Amino acid sequence: MEHVTQHSDPHYDQEASKLGMWLFIFTELLLFGGLFIVYSIYRFLNPEAFQLAAQALNPVIGAINTIILLVSSMTIAMSTSALQKKNKGLTVFLLEITIMLALIFLINKYFEWGIKFDHGIWPGSEHMINDMSKGEILFFGLYFVMTGLHALHIIIGMIIIIVALNKVQKGTVHADRPSLLENAGLYWHLVDLIWIFLFPLFYLIH
Amino acid sequence: MQTAAQIPHDVNYLEYKGKYKGIFSWIFSTDHKRIALLYLYSMMTMFVVGVSLGLAMKLELIAPGKTIMDPQTYNALFTVHGVIMIFMIVIPGLPAVFGNFMLPIMIGAKDVAFPKVNLLSWYFYVLGAVLVISSVLFGNGIPDTGWTFYAPYSFKTGTNLLPAIFGAFVLGFSSILTGLNFIVTIHRMRAPGMTWFKMPLFPWSLYGTAWIQLLATPVVGITLVLVALERIFSIGVFDPALGGDPVLYQHLFWIYSHPAVYVMILPAMGAISEIIPTFSQKHIFGYKAIIASTLAIAFVGYFVWGHHMFTSGMSGTAQYTFSILTFIVAIPSAIKVFNWISTMHKGSINPDIPFLWAVTFIFVFMIGGFSGLVLGALATNVYVHDTAFVVAHFHFIVFGGVGFAFFGAMHYWFPKMFGRMYDKVWAKVGWAFFTVGFLTLYSPMFYLGMIGMPRRYYDYLPEFHAANILSTLGSWVMTFGLLIIIINLFRSAKNGAIAPINPWNGKTLEWTVPSPPPVENFDEIPVYGEKDGPYEY
Repeated sequence: MEHVTQHSDPHYDQEASKLGMWLFIFTELLLFGGLFIVYSIYRFLNPEAFQLAAQALNPVIGAINTIILLVSSMTIAMSTSALQKKNKGLTVFLLEITIMLALIFLINKYFEWGIKFDHGIWPGSEHMINDMSKGEILFFGLYFVMTGLHALHIIIGMIIIIVALNKVQKGTVHADRPSLLENAGLYWHLVDLIWIFLFPLFYLIH
Repeated sequence: MQTAAQIPHDVNYLEYKGKYKGIFSWIFSTDHKRIALLYLYSMMTMFVVGVSLGLAMKLELIAPGKTIMDPQTYNALFTVHGVIMIFMIVIPGLPAVFGNFMLPIMIGAKDVAFPKVNLLSWYFYVLGAVLVISSVLFGNGIPDTGWTFYAPYSFKTGTNLLPAIFGAFVLGFSSILTGLNFIVTIHRMRAPGMTWFKMPLFPWSLYGTAWIQLLATPVVGITLVLVALERIFSIGVFDPALGGDPVLYQHLFWIYSHPAVYVMILPAMGAISEIIPTFSQKHIFGYKAIIASTLAIAFVGYFVWGHHMFTSGMSGTAQYTFSILTFIVAIPSAIKVFNWISTMHKGSINPDIPFLWAVTFIFVFMIGGFSGLVLGALATNVYVHDTAFVVAHFHFIVFGGVGFAFFGAMHYWFPKMFGRMYDKVWAKVGWAFFTVGFLTLYSPMFYLGMIGMPRRYYDYLPEFHAANILSTLGSWVMTFGLLIIIINLFRSAKNGAIAPINPWNGKTLEWTVPSPPPVENFDEIPVYGEKDGPYEY
């Protein structure tokens, strides 16, 4: 065991917190994995209906949101590098940009859902139950559940980033003790990654 | 946060005065030993509730027809009994209590990797328990779906199911956090020189368990969320009226809930693998075989979930496959039994109380295991599916397996945890009543299932009467034994004789620290040399 070294603070182990975060990310992937299984099974059973329903989604808004998330992943990765280079001001600035981008993503999502609601499309709505095939109902049911759960993860991610931002400003997260920021970054990449899968599954496969 | 220098090494964890006073010194403590006791006491409370519900059900079944309750109450009782016992007792059971307490000490660490997350997991546990209980106390009707929350009934029933579902979800989260903590602890915090293959078997079993907790629980988490959303928003995924498939719910549910059986049984096997070498004063037979079988069970356990659904509608190919895989998972379990027996062979056996619990564990586990093969075989499964036979089988495995191992572990590590010995005579009396009661309670159910008594009914045909009376009598004897055991342990924790450091002459690291252990466990982190090992007698 070459790793057991005594730090000045014996309770701080950067490797351990990174390992813990990776394991947590693993559980998140499995959580969404369950949903992806449900999606694939129902897509397999109702190919035409899924194709038809997918046309109601706007791939342009989806693409814009994808780009926003990719850029935000880049800014948070850059903030970690900035922290390593001990540039506190830049770190804070990049984190603020990340939070802004996350907010824009949510606003986009809000309008996207709003348009669906205007067309009478929400789980259990009369329009869906009366006028849609079962496959379409399932498509929109899954659409709301999966993008909704993803949006929830965006919000949690934003909270984590805000906490990290605060600690960077206070100086408790710094170049020698970057775990919290790094873990926030890992979590944000996960949120991004899940969207990378959601985007083609719902918007692109026609 | 306190630095290591401020924490004295001569004060044990029970008497240590930290930053907080009274109850806060417990519920705000991040000490893994105190968290273990928090878990122990909260579990004991829930266990008493679960046992009382079980007793009431057995009383209802003492005679055909309505005895003390109507059918709806009976449905509610078996649901709440199941939810409490499965999600709050046997799944967290050994990892949360003995894992928390012993894992860091056995691998030579001062605490788990994330002490605060550890405390958080206990708060989640309490929150989950409160949610489940609130579903009983409030709303219109106690949940009546059974602990499996099968669709579509789980979103059709008018009872107050949502809090119970969220409770189970939160309890799952607590379990994930414990598992995550243990994996990181084992990877990062083993004592210098303690290589993977010098690690004792209880930590090994916790390691296998932790991976299952981590990989399987999220799937049931999302499944329960989907059921809840189905109830609130009618999203359609499990509702046949909206195009969904209820059988898919069963698949997703059992993808978790079958591995969860191994979350229950693996740490139990781990505790038995500690007790048997200590009381045989002999090196464990086939150390690596036990590890390999632990990992094999953890792995194969993922691929057998379909055997819960042989009558739910599956293709023949799927049925054969799941049946064969079920038989395969029996092999590593059998390997362990052979290892334990071989460890005893020519050992210097000390038939003390933990050893008695361990051998009865092997006995009931084997009955449970063999009856599992009856259920895993397709032809016989269809015959006894959803009968009392199934109830007998899983109580032998889950309650027999986990319960006997839990009490074995309790009597084994009690002197270390509380620094006092228990009264051995009363402990033996309690064990005898418990064992006789257990066998009288559940064995008749095998017979009842074979002659066709279905499970989950408050009523039965007159020809099932005799065996049911016997079973109910058994429940009283078992509960009497349980009372003796619990009272004895409670009294001894206060007034028992002072326990020595190593009452059983064990060789694992927990027997090298004082009883009860000091706050940070070790003055100096122990170092494993070339020839040291956990079972070198």
